[in-house]
Amino acid sequence: MNEAAYDRLQALLGPGAVERDGRGLPRVVPENEDRLALLCKTAMEEKWKIRVEGRGTWLPPDAPADLAVTTHAMGRVISVSPSDLVATVQAGATLETVRRDLAEAGMWLALDPPGRAERSIGSIVATGTSGPLRHLYGPVRDHVLGCTVVTGDGRIVRSGGRVVKNVAGYDLTKLQIGGFGAFGIVTELHLRLRTLPRADITLLARGPRDRLTAGGRDATAAQVGAAALELLSPALADESDWVLAARLLGQEAVVSAETRRLQQETGDLIWEPLPADRTGTFWGLAGRAALAGPLTLRAGALLDGLDDTLDLIRDLLDDRLISAGAGTGAVRWSGEAPPDRFRLLRRQLADREVPVTLERAPWELRRVVGHFGAYQEGVGRLVGKLRETFDPGSLLSVALEGAHGD
Amino acid sequence: MPGIATDALARDLARIVGPRWVRTRGSELVTYRADGLPTHESTPRLVVLPGSRGEVIAIVRLLSESGSAFVARGAGTGLSGGALADTDAVLIVLTRLSKILAIHPQKARAILEPGVVNARLSEAARPYGLQYVPDPSSQTACTVGGNVAENAGGPHCLKYGVTTNHIAALEVVLADGSVVRLGSQSGEPWGPDLVGLFVGSEGMFGIATEITVRLVPIPPAIHTVFADFMNLRAASEAVSAIIASGIVPAALEMMDQSCIQAVEASIYATGARTDAAAALLVELDGTPETVEAEAALVEALLRQHGARDLRSAATEAERARLWQGRKKAFGALGRIAPDLVVQDAVVPRSALPDTLDRIGAIRDRLGLRISNVFHAGDGNLHPCISFDRRDRDLSERVRQASEEIMYACLAAGGSITGEHGVGSDKLGYMTAAFDGETLGAMCAVRLAFDPSGRANPGKVYPTHACKEWSRAGSNEASRGMTR
Repeated sequence: MNEAAYDRLQALLGPGAVERDGRGLPRVVPENEDRLALLCKTAMEEKWKIRVEGRGTWLPPDAPADLAVTTHAMGRVISVSPSDLVATVQAGATLETVRRDLAEAGMWLALDPPGRAERSIGSIVATGTSGPLRHLYGPVRDHVLGCTVVTGDGRIVRSGGRVVKNVAGYDLTKLQIGGFGAFGIVTELHLRLRTLPRADITLLARGPRDRLTAGGRDATAAQVGAAALELLSPALADESDWVLAARLLGQEAVVSAETRRLQQETGDLIWEPLPADRTGTFWGLAGRAALAGPLTLRAGALLDGLDDTLDLIRDLLDDRLISAGAGTGAVRWSGEAPPDRFRLLRRQLADREVPVTLERAPWELRRVVGHFGAYQEGVGRLVGKLRETFDPGSLLSVALEGAHGD
Repeated sequence: MPGIATDALARDLARIVGPRWVRTRGSELVTYRADGLPTHESTPRLVVLPGSRGEVIAIVRLLSESGSAFVARGAGTGLSGGALADTDAVLIVLTRLSKILAIHPQKARAILEPGVVNARLSEAARPYGLQYVPDPSSQTACTVGGNVAENAGGPHCLKYGVTTNHIAALEVVLADGSVVRLGSQSGEPWGPDLVGLFVGSEGMFGIATEITVRLVPIPPAIHTVFADFMNLRAASEAVSAIIASGIVPAALEMMDQSCIQAVEASIYATGARTDAAAALLVELDGTPETVEAEAALVEALLRQHGARDLRSAATEAERARLWQGRKKAFGALGRIAPDLVVQDAVVPRSALPDTLDRIGAIRDRLGLRISNVFHAGDGNLHPCISFDRRDRDLSERVRQASEEIMYACLAAGGSITGEHGVGSDKLGYMTAAFDGETLGAMCAVRLAFDPSGRANPGKVYPTHACKEWSRAGSNEASRGMTR
């Protein structure tokens, strides 16, 4: 991009709203969605490619583009309504900020995504990355009631709302959750809240992997009321053996009752409670381990396919940094993998009807294998039309499918 | 009338499904001209009832070739005029596709055809200790395919989520007759969340021919309590208190005096006292220890907020009786007058007390009988207006009341529909709920799935209010844009 263009951005958005990244690329910091829409409209006219960055802590900021946009300056928690269990936040707000503001109101967002607490809430939604709490509270889509998006050509679309039940119009919000920013730039979110749990207890059981996954199945079959039941590899848990971590949340009496049941229903596992002051650190470290390798993937297995999926990942990649829902079957792996190996894993898991999503990796790998790879028959055409709808100039630099479509 | 003559089309359709399953005569079509909402009627061009997935695909391909519009319909219990076809559209009734294809207890999944009746699915899953949670009041009649189209809810969606939270994968026939598979058995999407986008698209993206649903274990313990109040506001404040306590009941339902009286005067009577201003039905589920702990807290909160009588169900039969009053309330209300409009809107939970007051004021000013029976825990209201459609003045007041209620809910920060869909009934409110750009996005997304705009035309968004968007990959978009 030439200096004239840089000057044009400054003139358009004000000098304070345009900086340069480490490589001299203009980085625009719009202060609201109207400014962002103006930027996108201009980019559409000029055919400038756009790279979206949240806080830059999850996906590396390396997608090829003429300019970067960051949601930094849209980082406020706009409102928290404890009696409605709903909050409205700007997409650039960090998870840390959201958690703090909610806690002040006695509220809580039941999402514990991988990565750093400085991650933006927009990044969590765009990548659809949920964590161990998915066991009880569901994936990211279950926590988002509505959103505002600026499309690639600068339109502002507001879907959903601040109520927990809503079927007015199509559910456009779902397209944005886990859409990796290919359908627009999320600027604002309506989130579903819960009251801050009074008791928060974590227990750990250690042992061989298969014994722990069996324990996870037993606890799930017995409907033990755990909020998370996560299998962690030794390196990820910083232990000498595999770990099954159970997190129980809620009223004190309920948590005590469920703790007893967990122990009864998983007879051959020995559970040790984690000291209360270590709980936050433990789960925080487990979440940050997803950043330890340059690549992070998730595989959507079912519980009865979890052992098989873990075996395949071990055999084709490795099993150093693994975190898996022992009650859901959702697996997250981090490490290093050449494109061919990654593709082989994706193909073999596809044969078992297990989708593999590339959650983060350097652009070179994203470009080649894509976040999703090849679609099922007919779906690529639909996704293509939807991308064309929300980004008619193909300006948003996102590798959904990859270069070779697999 | 587009393309092919109706007689010729009926002959072609009969070749696919057999003459028995094509309806063309006026007297046969009458059955299909409404969907339980007395204010909207429309007679389809003709009706076809396919008996298999293959027949659905063949029908959609035939209609694509002839350029005919079509509307998919389940049991016709939607209450929003969503499954109505006008005189140039073919109604495809899916009730014959009623097979449960597989239940996988280990995976907690079932695969079924769209015409399976909601309640039958849970019955079939029960021997495995599993259930299908979304339970609309019409569950003994409505189909899961219809539930997918509308993203239906039900009392137990407070804790477990609505239809969209229970659909893992779909096979869909698009309007051009092509077939796509969306989602996976685990629910993790292969790509963007197109299952999430499809659920609630009101039959305008295509027809789901195979549905993979999540089943959840039947909880080992259930505690159901019925509490009555002498004051409507106190009852709705009790709802807020329960929600604020952090307990998420499986269901938290409310009925006002008018509704209680209608139920108690009907065969669905539960023994409730008819002088009560309101009643709450609260259900807790989980393990026995959890339910016991939560029940003590909930009952204390109910009493603190002025509950007069608390009746708990000690047996499954008693529980069924308490629920009967709630689930059959619409039936009981149907006895009051020849016609009943069941409205559907949502407000933030904190706005419930004021909104109920406002609905009361609208009722008094317009001289109507409005009964409220609804999902209080979700803020999902169902004001039910009893009337006689032959009385034109009364019908006009019903229309006016419906409109005022919708605007009151929007003004409270709510939505014009929580589970019935926009259909034809709510079309006029969409411009108050969304700006032109967002409506334009909806129109454009629809055209991505159905560039010809032939699947359930004229529903959900008022085309005139949509800002123009690019028509991705379509040369045929004009029909959808100009309807």
